Amino acid sequence: MSEQDVLNPKHMPHNPEKATLEGKNKFIGFWFFLGGESVLFASLFGTYLALNDSTNGGKGSEELFGLELVFIMTMLLLTSSLTSVYAMYHMKNNDFKKMMVWLGITVALGLGFLCFELYEFNHYIHEYEFTMRSSAFGSAFYTLVGFHGGHVVFGLLWFISLMVRNAKRGLNLYNAPKFYIASLYWHFIDVVWVFIFTVVYLMGVL
Amino acid sequence: MSTLVATNKKSFGATLWDYLTTVDHKKIAIMYLIAGGFFFLVGGLEALAIRWQLVQPMNDFVSAGFYNELITMHGTTMIFLAAMPLIFAFMNAVVPLQIGARDVAFPFLNSLGFWLFLFGGIMLNVGWFTGGAADAGWTAYAPLSTTSPGEGVDYYVLGLQISGAGTLMGGINFLVTIVNMRAPGMTYMRMPLFTWTAFVASALILFAFPALTVGLFLMMFDRLFGSGFFEANMGGNAVIWQHLFWIFGHPEVYILALPAFGVFSEIISTFSKKRLFGYTAMVFATVLIGFLGFMVWAHHMFTVGMGPAANSIFAVATMAIAVPTGIKIFNWLFTLWGGSIEINTPMLWALGFIPTFTLGGMTGVMVAAASADYQFHDTYFVVAHFHYVIVGGVVFALLAGLHYWWPKMFGTILDDKLGKITFWFFFIGFHLTFFIQHFLGLMGMPRRYWTYLENQGLDLGNLVSTIGAFLMGVGTIFLLINIVKTTMKNEKVGGDPWDARTLEWAIPSPPPFYNFKQLPLVRGLDPLWVEKTEGRKGMTPAEPIGDIHMPNNSFLPFVISVGLFIAGFGFIYQKNDLSWLTLVFIGMGIALGAMLTRSVKDDIGYHIHKEDLQKEAEES
Repeated sequence: MSEQDVLNPKHMPHNPEKATLEGKNKFIGFWFFLGGESVLFASLFGTYLALNDSTNGGKGSEELFGLELVFIMTMLLLTSSLTSVYAMYHMKNNDFKKMMVWLGITVALGLGFLCFELYEFNHYIHEYEFTMRSSAFGSAFYTLVGFHGGHVVFGLLWFISLMVRNAKRGLNLYNAPKFYIASLYWHFIDVVWVFIFTVVYLMGVL
Repeated sequence: MSTLVATNKKSFGATLWDYLTTVDHKKIAIMYLIAGGFFFLVGGLEALAIRWQLVQPMNDFVSAGFYNELITMHGTTMIFLAAMPLIFAFMNAVVPLQIGARDVAFPFLNSLGFWLFLFGGIMLNVGWFTGGAADAGWTAYAPLSTTSPGEGVDYYVLGLQISGAGTLMGGINFLVTIVNMRAPGMTYMRMPLFTWTAFVASALILFAFPALTVGLFLMMFDRLFGSGFFEANMGGNAVIWQHLFWIFGHPEVYILALPAFGVFSEIISTFSKKRLFGYTAMVFATVLIGFLGFMVWAHHMFTVGMGPAANSIFAVATMAIAVPTGIKIFNWLFTLWGGSIEINTPMLWALGFIPTFTLGGMTGVMVAAASADYQFHDTYFVVAHFHYVIVGGVVFALLAGLHYWWPKMFGTILDDKLGKITFWFFFIGFHLTFFIQHFLGLMGMPRRYWTYLENQGLDLGNLVSTIGAFLMGVGTIFLLINIVKTTMKNEKVGGDPWDARTLEWAIPSPPPFYNFKQLPLVRGLDPLWVEKTEGRKGMTPAEPIGDIHMPNNSFLPFVISVGLFIAGFGFIYQKNDLSWLTLVFIGMGIALGAMLTRSVKDDIGYHIHKEDLQKEAEES
């Protein structure tokens, strides 16, 4: 396939994200990468589970966590996964404009989640003086949830730079895989949050 | 960029720039070979210093503190900065050629992986010059590592983090390359065994390295930012480090050993002039070893106090690995059986490997017996065991592979006589060094101690061991002489100097930068041999001559790695003075800026045109 066919395809195939060899490589490579990321988060979860009672005499999870806040955060993030599915649906139909709209909604929801998380951390630190240095539990909590938050920040920057970059060029076989794997990444973040919601917050409060 | 690169001599600056920006897997292989070889020499010198300190009782050649740094850096350097990159050198040089691919899946990531490894390796060694290298053992057990003063362990943590990221990228790259880019007809069960082992080792890298990443992050937070993961006073638990380290560390053994098995499978089959005996069983055993490699990490922790149930499970799982490994040993023996065996340097290493590695495997089963391990633990018996496995398996394979693939990588052939001298010095020296250490260990000589009392029955054994180590050093010098001599003579060989069987030998040595002019049609296991037995000289092409798509060179991987390198210093020294955080921002700014540049600039490569390929074919 020549450069022209990749950047200005005459017609878009139904699965533009894996129509070229480069696209296929990105597609499979990213799935492998997510396999590695699973081990990363599994290790962090293991560490958290080993240390979640080691409060060193300080505040424990029952006293800290409030499910109302976490419920809102969960809803925001789960919904953002759904909206990114809509975006990919429109990508496959070669409707660039609608894809961008739904990606914009995804980013907005992600930003909302992030604001709540910042509020939550800030609240713990100033209200309860609960920090990474308070206890092994504090270290494990901020590291696990913070790693997830860091992934959210990276994902948002990724979406935004893709959208800004491609705003004027529309969809082609070169950037379709990029949009696709960014949305895969976003789903992964969502799945990790479901585990955090269960293991950290639900198990911490109930 | 659409014309073929001229082959006439380039200036030094142009060559340097070419290597700094290259995304060609064959050039990256050469860089891995040089950098890994350099660190191999560094680690070897550290080993000689260790052995010289232990040559006689109550020696004072080095201080106790310096000795701790030596053993730590010897282990770390040899595993992460010598063995791994050298394996990567061969994987880069050979895997795409063996599967009939024009390139790896992600050439840019390939280059980034190399530079991250190199800058991580440099970072690890910076400690030597800033008041002391890491001194908590290569396993860096907490709380020894979290309380180690100075910056040595910080360099260990950040150096390994940076180079580990590079390794992970390499692993993903090879996985995708092998899944997606095999030539027509190259089914999974026709892949050469080296490619198979590279494939499984890459999968192990993918699932093992993130555990190390997490462990290193926790260690970094504890040392640099005051968290309490391993700090008992804050409720932390030092055993978490051991689990994370060995969840990575045990598969790491197989990340090294499996490609070594692959190298020997290629060599034994080539120089016995037979297809590999039990190919299917070999593949099955490789996958099984890879799987079991993840189930056994806690056999490094029998004496931690996990309890008899956990110890038993991990003991049994560990011993189970002997089964697929035994299958492999017998398959190599049966490949040799009845073959027309040619004994040259690579084959000598392969033949030396079989009994050596078997010995290492046998002591492995001994150490895996949890109850007996209370006796062996932290003695020279363990030191002897893992050197039999890692040197007798991996280093022998690296040296074998070096002689075997040298012609493919450089177009010249290493001197066989000097190669055999290297082998005999190294082989005899190796057994002198480590065989006797089994007995030193059984007599109670502890690992990691910087000296010992006289008349404890340890004097003679240590003397012999040190003599052996220096013989290995002599062998290495002969290898260097061989390399210099061969390079000076510069006698070119053809594409297939060994009369070999696999695809990499079907193209010229060194291969053109696009590897295959036409993708080959693979019609069986050992595809080149298939064609040869049918009277053809080369491969049957699977496609007409057409345009070849190539990736553009890029300087960004180097820039990203430099950025992270700079940021590393900022992270380390901010614990003394917060103004060092400026370096973190500068370094991360450079790295992230380069990454952003990479993602917003369309880089779809270029094409070598059909006409140029045809013209080149007419000229040669």
